[in-house]
Amino acid sequence: MNKYQPVIGLEIHVELKTKSKMFCQCSANYFGKKPNTNTCPVCLGLPGALPVPNKKAVEWTILLGKALNCTINKVTKFDRKHYFYPDLPKGYQISQYDQPIAVKGEFKVQGLKFKITRVHLEEDTGKLIHLGGETLVDFNRSGVPLVEIVTEPVFNNADQVKNFLEGLRTLVRYLDISDADMEKGSMRLEPNISLIKLKTQYSKSKTISQGLKLPNYKVEVKNINSFKYVKQAIEYEIKRQTEILKKEETPKQETRGFDEKKTVTYSQRTKEEARDYRYFPEPDIPTLEFEDKYLASIYKQIPELPQAKMNRFIGKLNLKPIDAFILTRDRKLAEYYEQVISKLKTQNSKLNLKSENLNQFIANLIINKKISTNLFVEEFVEKLLEQFTPKDTDQKLLDATIIRIIVANKKVVDDYKSGKKNAIMFLVGQVMRAMKGKADARLVVKIIKDKLT
Amino acid sequence: MKLLGLSLLELKNLIETKRISSKEVFEYFLKRIKKYNAKLNGYLTICDYKNNSSSLPIAVKDAFCTKGIRTTAGSKVLDDFIPPYESTVTKRLLKNNFLTLGKTNMDAWCHGSSTETSDYGTSCNPWDISRSPGGSSGGSAAVVASYLAPVAIGSETAGSIRQPAAWTGVIGLKPTYGRVSRYGLISMGSSLDSPGPLTLSVADAAYILEIIAGKDQFDGTSVNKPVSCYKKSLSLKKKFKLGISEEYFEGIDEEVKEKVEQSIKILEKMGHSVSKIKLIHPKYSISDYTIIQRSEVSSNLSRYDGIRFGNPRTYFGSEAKKRVMLGTYSLSYGYYDAYYKKAQKVRTLIIEDFKKIFKDIDAIIAPTTPITAIKIGKSAKYPFFGEIMDVLVEASSMAGLCAINIPVGLDKNNLPIGMQIVGSWFNEQMLLNLAYQFEKETDFFGITKKILKKYPD
Repeated sequence: MNKYQPVIGLEIHVELKTKSKMFCQCSANYFGKKPNTNTCPVCLGLPGALPVPNKKAVEWTILLGKALNCTINKVTKFDRKHYFYPDLPKGYQISQYDQPIAVKGEFKVQGLKFKITRVHLEEDTGKLIHLGGETLVDFNRSGVPLVEIVTEPVFNNADQVKNFLEGLRTLVRYLDISDADMEKGSMRLEPNISLIKLKTQYSKSKTISQGLKLPNYKVEVKNINSFKYVKQAIEYEIKRQTEILKKEETPKQETRGFDEKKTVTYSQRTKEEARDYRYFPEPDIPTLEFEDKYLASIYKQIPELPQAKMNRFIGKLNLKPIDAFILTRDRKLAEYYEQVISKLKTQNSKLNLKSENLNQFIANLIINKKISTNLFVEEFVEKLLEQFTPKDTDQKLLDATIIRIIVANKKVVDDYKSGKKNAIMFLVGQVMRAMKGKADARLVVKIIKDKLT
Repeated sequence: MKLLGLSLLELKNLIETKRISSKEVFEYFLKRIKKYNAKLNGYLTICDYKNNSSSLPIAVKDAFCTKGIRTTAGSKVLDDFIPPYESTVTKRLLKNNFLTLGKTNMDAWCHGSSTETSDYGTSCNPWDISRSPGGSSGGSAAVVASYLAPVAIGSETAGSIRQPAAWTGVIGLKPTYGRVSRYGLISMGSSLDSPGPLTLSVADAAYILEIIAGKDQFDGTSVNKPVSCYKKSLSLKKKFKLGISEEYFEGIDEEVKEKVEQSIKILEKMGHSVSKIKLIHPKYSISDYTIIQRSEVSSNLSRYDGIRFGNPRTYFGSEAKKRVMLGTYSLSYGYYDAYYKKAQKVRTLIIEDFKKIFKDIDAIIAPTTPITAIKIGKSAKYPFFGEIMDVLVEASSMAGLCAINIPVGLDKNNLPIGMQIVGSWFNEQMLLNLAYQFEKETDFFGITKKILKKYPD
């Protein structure tokens, strides 16, 4: 029996969250605005209006390209891509054709490396709204900066694709260049899928990059806005194409849409109707040439990326890989976690907390939502300390100890009274040490405060 | 007071010294427009006078977006288009006290060299109303020559300022590409379009240029180079090295040739040195320019879909349709390399050719047009009429050089003959100096006085 191996490549569009649009001064934040109020002569394509590229958007595309281990082209340009559609005001989209900002990269996700073909910058279109029998156009989104990431056909199944996309979304959010919010459409996905017939056991282990020939057709599924749907669309396509191939036929080269309700794909456009975009260099925008110094200053802005952070959490903080993975999915969460750890470090010696693996313990608290990360770090730490508080406090001993410590540390008490509020933590530490940890640190704080006022 | 034929700077002086009010000056021109515009069809729209004690009048080609004032680009597609924004050129003029007298006729979308492709009828040449004033800035040239405006703004892709200036006997300055912002100028060939003034005196041209030139944050192709005080820096002393290329005199009308050669002799006598140079034959620039320009046109006109503004595509005239067809073809898959890409390579050769030449000389002197103004209706017989009329200006436009047309006499039909001075990139001051010296020496052979006899107040 014949076996088929899926060959999947991706095109991903990510809207950048720059202040202004790609080629004009309108706000790039169009979400929720009254239709056609976020526009100007440039993004409406009025006669005589000219595009001027957004420097920040260019820098962020360089940033993303570099983070995806791409080569950054030192000479890059914009091109016009022509087609007619009511949401495309100029009759062409300003995009990049043969000299994109970044090329030939590689993105590692869960131990697997996936090849990136290119990363380029373009402008978003307006939006069509179908209302009853009418179609309305809203140009608020027209001209919002859009980055397109294209991968090689390197995925073999829907799970790999899903992992890759999740990794990419995390990366984009780490770089703080996009919300990558699927529901708002700021990240859009287009997988292309085909199947290779495998004849021998040997060729099954071969991959495309090892010389396996690509199939002579490709099915592209357009504009999917959730990871779940991508998975469903790919799985549906694999099934559909397998059926066709089993009948010794070749699936049609075409563009298909995805029906979210029926979880099926449907034909939109076949190869015969393929568009000729008539690309040519955008004469309104001079070629961009980057100096090494300029590029270096952008590369410097790349923060510690999720992969590296995760490895550090595993290696240095002794976290379980799965927890390190979860914590590093969100840069803010990971940073919060690290702030808690460092805050605790400064207090730990005084409070003499003991735990087998404090870092892991805190990670668990965060992941299992035992303590809310909506709290200020200080509040979180306070709550955390409660977790260490034993129940069997000797109240008499505690009262006596507190008085003793207050009397023995007159200078610290004076400091506190003169306004050095942090001085109280020293006293708390002393008390906790004397109590050998058998006291509620929060209660100790409260009692000392009462006694000193 | 007799105003007929006074330069803009002379009018400005009169207003500033309160010898005449701005209102009187506008009324004067509006009266002349009323008297002669129906005959010449130079203006498509006449603007209202807004009372301001120091306003100066100017005519603006209808290719520039003027906020609140209808802007058609000579096409019925934009018959009812009232721009919600101001072009950078007109914005800078407004800031310097100019007030638009009216919007001038032009070949639709700048496609032509006669104004005959205008959907609003052709403009007529003030020297002989049965003849074309040239184009595409033909309306601007006609209103300046007949003194329905002291100065006008035009735009040139290849020849559209110089050629009508030559045919109507006025000064036409095409600045270096990138010297003047294109923002708000309805695009024809985006890599070529250059706004510039048409005037009766060189000092006026210098003055307008210093107002409209300079980097504009709304045009990425405008160049960040300091703008000189062109008018103040006009010099009668500087001597220049001039180059003559035989290729630019081949197949030229005998009278045109004769007058240009005579003017070169005058320049030589004035102390400028003249030497022979060799340039790539201008005929090669015709096909090169045609491909690049048509490609850009086919793209630039795609926004006129009638959805957001203007009339539907059915309103496009036949010249625009022809250009869109050709440009679409030259950009199509499989033809791009053979046409557009190859044309870009030729363009690079042309640029290199000029770079080499300008190492040794300051300016190239040549006729502006092969012949003088033709009869209206004659151009339709030539499919590439514009390109052939513009053969002598295309190469310099492709290279983005600056150039100026100055009148050098009349032919036997009493039609003006133009001579062009082509300068290196951003060397407008040199062009103006040379033209200024020629003006002081010859008074352009009294051409302005002659024509204005036909158009008394």
